[in-house]
Amino acid sequence: MSGYQDKIKETAERLLKEGSVEMVVGFRKGTLPMMNEPCFIRRPEDVRQLVWDSNCGINLANYLTDRKEKIAIVAKGCDSRNIVTHIVENKIKREKLHVIGVPCQGMVDKRKVAAACGGDIEAVTEDGDVLSVTAGGAVQTLSRMEMLQENCALCAHRNPVIYDELVGELVAEQTGIDRFAEVRRVEALSPQEKWRYFEDLLAPCVRCYACRNACPLCYCPTCFVEESRPQWVGKGQNPIDIRTFHFLRAYHCAGRCTDCGACERACPMGIKVRQLTSKLNKDVLDMFGWEAGLTLDQRPPLDTYKPNDPNDFIK
Amino acid sequence: MKVITIDKKDWASGLEKTKSAFQVFGPVKEKEWHSFKALGPGEQPDMAYNNTRLSPKFLVEPQTDPMFTYSLDEAKEGHHILKEVRKDIAPKAVVGIRPCDAAAFLLVKRNFDTPQYQDPYWLEAYNSMTFIGLACNAPCSTCFCTSAGGGPFNETGLDVLLVDVGDSFVAKSLTDKGDKWLSAGGWASATDASGKVEALKQAAETKITSNVRTDNLKTRPTTQLYDAPFWEDAAFSCINCGTCTYSCPTCWCFDIQDEVRGTSGIRMRNWDSCMFPMFTLHGSGHNPRSVKVQRVRQRFMHKLKYYVEKYDDGIQCVGCGRCIRLCPVNIDIRKVCNQMNDYDPAACVCPA
Ligand code: SF4
Ligand code: SF4
Ligand code: SF4
Ligand code: SF4
Repeated sequence: MSGYQDKIKETAERLLKEGSVEMVVGFRKGTLPMMNEPCFIRRPEDVRQLVWDSNCGINLANYLTDRKEKIAIVAKGCDSRNIVTHIVENKIKREKLHVIGVPCQGMVDKRKVAAACGGDIEAVTEDGDVLSVTAGGAVQTLSRMEMLQENCALCAHRNPVIYDELVGELVAEQTGIDRFAEVRRVEALSPQEKWRYFEDLLAPCVRCYACRNACPLCYCPTCFVEESRPQWVGKGQNPIDIRTFHFLRAYHCAGRCTDCGACERACPMGIKVRQLTSKLNKDVLDMFGWEAGLTLDQRPPLDTYKPNDPNDFIK
Repeated sequence: MKVITIDKKDWASGLEKTKSAFQVFGPVKEKEWHSFKALGPGEQPDMAYNNTRLSPKFLVEPQTDPMFTYSLDEAKEGHHILKEVRKDIAPKAVVGIRPCDAAAFLLVKRNFDTPQYQDPYWLEAYNSMTFIGLACNAPCSTCFCTSAGGGPFNETGLDVLLVDVGDSFVAKSLTDKGDKWLSAGGWASATDASGKVEALKQAAETKITSNVRTDNLKTRPTTQLYDAPFWEDAAFSCINCGTCTYSCPTCWCFDIQDEVRGTSGIRMRNWDSCMFPMFTLHGSGHNPRSVKVQRVRQRFMHKLKYYVEKYDDGIQCVGCGRCIRLCPVNIDIRKVCNQMNDYDPAACVCPA
């Protein structure tokens, strides 16, 4: 993947020098192991900051919302699908974008690595499938593939859907993956078990809204949780209000979610918020044969009406 | 100010005894991380923990704190009159709190206990607490307490400081409250191990490798820092969540809300965050901090400039490192603090 990094820098430098974009949105090296920071570059001499490795899990499409500049953006498969969704939903114009596509091989889950190594991780380096982790002065090696974010391990669209150029050869898409095994497991629980499951899942939530804010889909100027007239949901730590927030957030993403995993990655409390959106992704696929962000030619099923809609209530 | 050595064999039984005089809180591991919990009979704190994910500020300032209840039912006596919610002010002992988190309460106290206003909720809760600190023998890579006026063995804000010296804890009482707690434990002093403390302290301090520069913050002109060119770059990645402020032991902001169900109402306060756009939204619809860069700048300017100027006693940060570890996009206060401290417009030739 270091080849990608050189190509990203080269491309960014060329685009900025020729003046075809005003800024490049990508990642720079973070201050902590396994953390890269989204950044923008405006001057060709600053492109050296740009990096690419397995720690670029934040969804960069989130940084495009309502921007007016001509922007080049580094986009892996899921980012590109959210870019498509943004274009379809009029949050950004295609002609304002230069998409630098990155065929993706999955992002590392820093919590998995921390759990596998224990303690305070001092440094992590990667070489192919080998992650070398320094913790407590000792070096351990892990398999990168085993440390992937769950959504990446289940991803069926690693290659960018739209791009103006690519930083490497397209990668083979994963096949034979059971994306919804976990959803089916929860679906099969009894109502009481389900209640307990969701109670337990959401109990640590502090309503910091990192999950919502990390998501490119959540761009409403005032979110329903913040409305006060009418007030849809209480603002305190009442568990019913917390669950209301989560269920509604998930429903607002139905048919739009690309399973990029940014929400789950952002949560400071380690809550598997994708459990909710995955269920809706599965339903939307079952009911409408739809996966979000694969085409510019069609709107998501839940914001369109067709006379042959299978449901009676809408006719 | 007494110093005793508590043999670890006697620790659990003594702690159990303190529970008759105090409600005891301590770090307990749940799933992957620790948090402060009330310890029931027989429950012990995990004294080998690193630090808690969220700070213990919620013990004094709960995320949702009911202040008043009321009834809108005119058939009821006392309808439409606010009734204060009684707080539990029985003595509590917070065992195993880290020095940074205890010191943080003193920073926050400046806000809740002023000559003009005393916040009864905060103060009553705070005064009911006895803080039994646990010195950090092995600080994390993100800790920078030594740059923030503290240290891994710092005693400020504590009633007792415990040092883990291997087979025993050396317990130093720092206040009358601390004496009371130690007596409640009824520990017989084991062989004096206090001689080991100094070496552990020095070893811990050298483990802290994050040096953050704060010496120029006070004298840099506020308007220069406010207009500094680095904010756009520093703020770009921020998603304006509540992670940094909610996890921070020194962030104190709250928002008051009424919630009515049927005819019974409750007035509560909830944590709020300067990173949320709603934080400064006026009734008129005007928002003086309507864009992200203004909010990010506010968080850092408050902690590292306005506070420094107002109280002349260091930064509004104890260097616990939580915001650094938990920020989803790696905004690092150490980096921003150094940028602010070193910013000199005369020397700056570049736009960022
Ligand atoms: S809901 Fe989560 S997984 Fe889905 S698009 Fe938003 S951030 Fe990505
Ligand atoms: S990021 Fe996590 S803690 Fe924050 S609101 Fe979302 S689920 Fe709750
Ligand atoms: S600095 Fe980080 S934790 Fe704080 S609001 Fe911004 S993204 Fe969230
Ligand atoms: S600003 Fe960050 S490092 Fe400082 S006390 Fe708050 S959470 Fe800890």
